[in-house]
Amino acid sequence: MYKVVRRDEIVPNIHLIEIEVPGIAEKAKPGQFVIIMPDETGERVPFSMSDWNIEKGTITIFFLEVGISTAKMARIKSGGTIYSIAGPLGKPTSIDNYGTVVCGGGCYGIGAIYPIARAMKEAGNKVISIIEARSAYLLYMEESLKEASDQFFVSTADGSKGTKGRVQEVFAKLIDSGEKIDRSYFVGCTFMMMNCSDITKQYNIKTMVALNPIMVDGTGMCGCCRVTVGGNTKFACVDGPEFDGHQVDWKEIFERKSVYLKDEAMAYQTYQQTECKVSKV
Amino acid sequence: MEKKKEKNSRQPMPEQLPELRARNFDEVPYGYSPETAVKEAKRCLKCKKPGCITGCPVQVKIPEFLSLIAKGDFAAAARKVKETNALPAVSGRVCPQELQCESKCIVGKKGEPIAIGNLERFCADYERENNLVELPEKSASTGKKVAVIGSGPAGLTVAGDLIGLGHAVTIFEALHKTGGVLFYGIPEFRLPKAIVEAEVDFLEGMGVKIEVDSIIGNIRTVDELLSKDGFDAAFIGVGAGLPSFIRIPGMNLSGVYSANEYLTRSNLMRAYLFPEYDTPLIFGRDVAVFGAGNVAMDAARTAMRLGAERVRIVYRRSREEMPARAAEIHHAEEERIEFFLLTAPTRLFGDETGRLIGMECLKMELGEPDESGRRRPVPIEGSEFKLDCDLAVVAVGSGANPLLTKSTPGLDLNKWGYIVADPETGKTTKKAVWAGGDIVTGQATVISAMGAGRKAARSIHQYLTWGW
Repeated sequence: MYKVVRRDEIVPNIHLIEIEVPGIAEKAKPGQFVIIMPDETGERVPFSMSDWNIEKGTITIFFLEVGISTAKMARIKSGGTIYSIAGPLGKPTSIDNYGTVVCGGGCYGIGAIYPIARAMKEAGNKVISIIEARSAYLLYMEESLKEASDQFFVSTADGSKGTKGRVQEVFAKLIDSGEKIDRSYFVGCTFMMMNCSDITKQYNIKTMVALNPIMVDGTGMCGCCRVTVGGNTKFACVDGPEFDGHQVDWKEIFERKSVYLKDEAMAYQTYQQTECKVSKV
Repeated sequence: MEKKKEKNSRQPMPEQLPELRARNFDEVPYGYSPETAVKEAKRCLKCKKPGCITGCPVQVKIPEFLSLIAKGDFAAAARKVKETNALPAVSGRVCPQELQCESKCIVGKKGEPIAIGNLERFCADYERENNLVELPEKSASTGKKVAVIGSGPAGLTVAGDLIGLGHAVTIFEALHKTGGVLFYGIPEFRLPKAIVEAEVDFLEGMGVKIEVDSIIGNIRTVDELLSKDGFDAAFIGVGAGLPSFIRIPGMNLSGVYSANEYLTRSNLMRAYLFPEYDTPLIFGRDVAVFGAGNVAMDAARTAMRLGAERVRIVYRRSREEMPARAAEIHHAEEERIEFFLLTAPTRLFGDETGRLIGMECLKMELGEPDESGRRRPVPIEGSEFKLDCDLAVVAVGSGANPLLTKSTPGLDLNKWGYIVADPETGKTTKKAVWAGGDIVTGQATVISAMGAGRKAARSIHQYLTWGW
């Protein structure tokens, strides 16, 4: 059992969870993830780390409630516990001075892109961060990201804040305005990472994406997270999670991620029903 | 005449009926009754030079424990086995006895050998179920600390031996449950998890500390354990842990699992109890399992229990080369698993959403022996045929997982990535570090991992007492 220091719904349906796990906090690096089981009957689910604090011995994760595991996590109160957490997993981001680096985030990726932006800035890069959301009320972490970046842009699908549109549109605008970009990093839903990779490919800009396939153990033991990159099968948990977005077989990722959709919907519904009964007691 | 024959024949193991058990996860054999066990043990001829012991990788004192069972002193028999075998309830169930102890049994030369495995299981179960397990006396504390990395059969053995000798032992396990392959790999119907948990509880009762969720290599390196965390020695028993796939088109279709993933979902994550447990699993209707070892049998039999209409073992060699234990093959056949032997998959087909719907196979024939000594399967030209399947499980072996070894400088690996260790002591090329089990030998048996653990424990004890 691990103590949950803080769990907050920071914007509708997106939660921050801060977990006491000193060993992971000490070793965490940008781009790495952990695997969490909310309770003993739970699944093992990977989450990108957004921050860590060696003194406090905690790590911070942002997540969206989409299914039973995240629903369970979203109901943990500050001061509560989670059953299992293992990490840090995956290869860290290669941090170097590349010149100008774009860091794009959407959804949980707004939180997850933060440590990459921060490390890139520390390494001397000019960091341009771009985040996206459906609407202004779903944006979070703006201040921290602004601080970690030289330039910071917001995009919303409904145009309620910043550029109307998505990360890729802001990116295209930057290029059109004459900005020379050396590298780009995107973290978010698969669709967002694919769209961003499509744009950067047009401009031939090296692009890394943090893939988020289904995993079980997270140590390369099961092969559940296999993805095709550049025609070769890779295990996202140990060979990634970051890969060249221009080499990724996106169709396969979508297909493999949708295998359990029916089961996931059923489990989520069953959980909500039981939860309902409990609250009536 | 009839009576005499009955007296001398091997006592059959009572089992769940195939048509019942093929749809449930309860253990298949019920185990011997005390009466049956005594009868079976009395068949032993007490040879002066017992061949059975030489056939055992950990040299269990077989005639001695058999004669204790024959006398009705079952707990003493269990303790006798435990002198050299830390996990008899496990090995009694999963050892390939027909290739080891029982193959050397003199009684077996004329008739059927003594059922050593069944008796080993019996006395261990008897001791546990009747709460007769005693915590052995521990030597005085030596003040030395040992890190055991991996909680499979090798690690559990090392931990048990060293804690008894007075050393402080901490086991580091990457997953959230202790037991390694005994927990995530071998299904409930072959090795009930309660038995693994009892063994782990026993070790904890002896004072072994267990740190789950601890991926050594990531959260801590071996060097940090030795230099910063105060451990005087480390044993690496992390298993092979890198699934092999087959190089044919369609391997990444949805509905294709490695056996590791399939069994981990079912055994460790309890997906067979979905939605009571949250982890889903594809319950195939038409299942193909590639490979014919114990893992393949476990996968095939799991699929049958999860409601499959038909399950096929697809294996490119013939029956004789099948590496599974005889009992597992027999059980699988009884449970209506079909064997497509001398058959190799050549490609898998998916629908427009990437879901597996079928496969193409090629018939093989046996040619000249290859480097493994087994006759090489040679494709028969033009023999391709198609089969429907909605779930495929790849059980063709494992490679060496590099997660720990690549973070451990000074540890020599062979060309396949396995750790180089002295077969007699388990010593690696790195000071104060031992290794044993599948990460040294490649995929092998539970008992050989336990044997390696025992040797390493002895060598670690010597080191902690006398130096490297």
